[in-house]
Amino acid sequence: MTSQPVLQVRNVTKHFGAVKALTNVDFNLEKGEIHALCGENGAGKSTLMNIIAGVLQPNEGEILVDGTPTKIASPAAAQSLGIGLVHQEIALCPDATVAENMFMAATNRRRSPLMNYASLARDAQDVMNRLAPIDVRRKVADLSISSQQLVEIAKALTLDCRVLILDEPTAALTEAEAQALFGIIRDLKAAGISIIYISHRMAEIFSLCDRVTVFRDGRHVSTERIVDVTPDDVVRRMVGREITQLYPPKQAAGEQSDEVILSVRGIGDGDCIDGVGFELRKGEILGIGGLIGSGRTEIAETICGLRRKVRGEVLLHGKAQAIGNYRNAVDAGIVYLSEDRKGSGVFVDMSIAQNISVLDLKTLTGPLGLMNAKAEADLANDFTRRLGVRMGGIGMLVSSLSGGNQQKVAIAKQLAVRPKVILMDEPTRGIDVGAKSEIHRLLRDLARSGIGIVVISSELPELLGLCDRVLVVREGGIAGELGEAEMSEEAVIRLASGVGQHNKPEKSRAAEHVA
Amino acid sequence: MAVDTVVATQVRVPAWRRIGTMREAGLIAIILALGIIMSFASPHFLTFGNMRAMLMSFSVEGIVVVGMTILLIVGGIDLAVGSVVCFAMVLAGSLFLAGVDPWTASLCGILASSLIGAIMGFFVTVVGLNHFITSLAAMVIVRGLCLVITKGTPLSLFTLPASFKAVGQGTFNGIPYVILIFVAVVVLFDFLLRRATAFRKVFYTGSNEKAALYSGIKTKHVKFWVTVLCSTLAGVAGVIYMSRFGAATPTFGVGMELNIIAAAVIGGASLNGGSGTIFGAILGMALLSVVTSSLILLDVSVYWQDMIKGCILLAAVSIDHFLHKRKAS
Repeated sequence: MTSQPVLQVRNVTKHFGAVKALTNVDFNLEKGEIHALCGENGAGKSTLMNIIAGVLQPNEGEILVDGTPTKIASPAAAQSLGIGLVHQEIALCPDATVAENMFMAATNRRRSPLMNYASLARDAQDVMNRLAPIDVRRKVADLSISSQQLVEIAKALTLDCRVLILDEPTAALTEAEAQALFGIIRDLKAAGISIIYISHRMAEIFSLCDRVTVFRDGRHVSTERIVDVTPDDVVRRMVGREITQLYPPKQAAGEQSDEVILSVRGIGDGDCIDGVGFELRKGEILGIGGLIGSGRTEIAETICGLRRKVRGEVLLHGKAQAIGNYRNAVDAGIVYLSEDRKGSGVFVDMSIAQNISVLDLKTLTGPLGLMNAKAEADLANDFTRRLGVRMGGIGMLVSSLSGGNQQKVAIAKQLAVRPKVILMDEPTRGIDVGAKSEIHRLLRDLARSGIGIVVISSELPELLGLCDRVLVVREGGIAGELGEAEMSEEAVIRLASGVGQHNKPEKSRAAEHVA
Repeated sequence: MAVDTVVATQVRVPAWRRIGTMREAGLIAIILALGIIMSFASPHFLTFGNMRAMLMSFSVEGIVVVGMTILLIVGGIDLAVGSVVCFAMVLAGSLFLAGVDPWTASLCGILASSLIGAIMGFFVTVVGLNHFITSLAAMVIVRGLCLVITKGTPLSLFTLPASFKAVGQGTFNGIPYVILIFVAVVVLFDFLLRRATAFRKVFYTGSNEKAALYSGIKTKHVKFWVTVLCSTLAGVAGVIYMSRFGAATPTFGVGMELNIIAAAVIGGASLNGGSGTIFGAILGMALLSVVTSSLILLDVSVYWQDMIKGCILLAAVSIDHFLHKRKAS
């Protein structure tokens, strides 16, 4: 780190109308370093990355590439300077093949009027093989979210870049895929490529990065060498306050109840899952872990009628439930929070009140089939207050909220029907640290109040820190159960991947990439 | 009283309503400005006769616009409305000529229109085709049906009883029944769209179909019934036209769907679903109507009129797009 920084951001300010997203921000990237960028959602990380990648233009300040002031006028200009950005949001053409998506930028720059699909597929497969065994001839739409994220990353690898920006690259990846990615990132670093790594996950940052910069409220807070700080320091700088405890206290030893709320017996959907059974006791938070594609989501969907159940039964407080569709499940008291918040969780262009009331339309409907506006407003006010949703008012559009507050609205929507059991799929994905710990506390409070909580998560620290008991799913069945005493990241990974259990590891590997 | 205040905040606060009102205020301003300019440009514009003619001309189409707007909100579209209007007209007309009582014949025309909507709804929800292509096919098929029923010649219905003709031609205290029916339909559906639970589901479905499905809303049912509703209202418009003209022409309503969709979109309905208001759509209709009337009074060639209307549509949609982009960033 003696030579000229590859990239220098000097005194950059960016505002959108009256809102200041960045205020006099400085940022340096040395050659061949992995530089973590941390901050809560809305801290200005993405804005800065979009400026560096030419998507946005700064209002003030300058950017120096190799010491020369440079105006990065467009994403194409950024690419020709060797700056590649992997967006957090997946931006792929769903109907094109993986190979076509990976080489979109290169194809755009080529002068030849004809496509050479054979060499395209060959080159794409070479790049992809370093990451994951995904067939590049498949259509992107047919891939799972995690595989699509890998395609996004692979796409950036095909560019000949000197600076690579990765915005939450592991948000949707399984542990194994993330590890493969880290290997590649280290290779890139060894090849002299500089990497800006945006993530909320402290473990990744501390194992991977050389330096860490923290932003808060659009300002630069600190830049330090990783060896000089602890994860607690970084989190403290991000939130600007002490987070005394990342996870709320678990059930005390004497608190456990024998009362079973939900019991699932040998359910199967005739496709992805079979013979799944477990019990959820009153007051506990039950975690479900496993690789993406192992059937975690499918289990939740089958329980609540979003997927056809061909075998087994679901009992609520000891009574068998006939759940043929999701409406039945809601009526019985089982609700499901989808992992895909924007896609199937909230109505972003409708108001907060209208979002919260959607499951509860029946009770909010008066005679003549008209909505009771007062009851709807009361419901929304009540739940937004209880969940601490930060907003301008219940009439605001959900799109105006931050990710964490959108998620709270999605949870409020579930709570509005006073459920007995909530199945939550990735309840804190893409949410900043502060909101995350608020949601964790909320889930603990709900469990304590007697609502059964099932949390499906890809984040091991979340499973271990939040849940009282963890089930690990592999290949559509339950591979094992871990009580408080046996819980460790290693134990979950062992069960999830079938390591040391003579269990066709090839198949489980392949299962990760099944949509 | 307490209820009133809450209702007020509920209606005032939601931003999609507020943007709606903003757009509606803009449309009213444009219509008024155009009206003032026209009143100077042509002595005939601000006459009672012209006003009434204008109102009459968009009243019946306005009923169809109501259905189209709701269908656009759910994320659908219906290109067949022009054909269905005509179909209801010629079916009722030919039943009447075959000796059926005109009221019964009209009811049959309307129900048959509902049936066409149900068939389209079936293809959309059960077979899984999209609204655009389904209704494009229906547009052609139903038009063909009109020609088959009439053997291609207009039906002359001058024998319709006066009591029936009164619907399209008569007045109540000087106000044409047509306008009363139109106002009733608009008020009813505007109210339902804002207050009725069933219509709230239309917004949920149009805004995010998957989230609606995951909320236990039977989105296919919603889409089916809205498709039926749109065709039914087109059928209602058809029999009113029959009463008004005392005739049924198999080529009536060709190209009407474009006018209807344009009105709804100018009024703020999104082709992506999830947004739109009846009031806005009616204002869109009014704007197109004022423009048409102005162009006629100003002796602008018919050939130019469509071009100008098309440009207005493009301008309205561009402004809308610009506003949305601003809102998003």
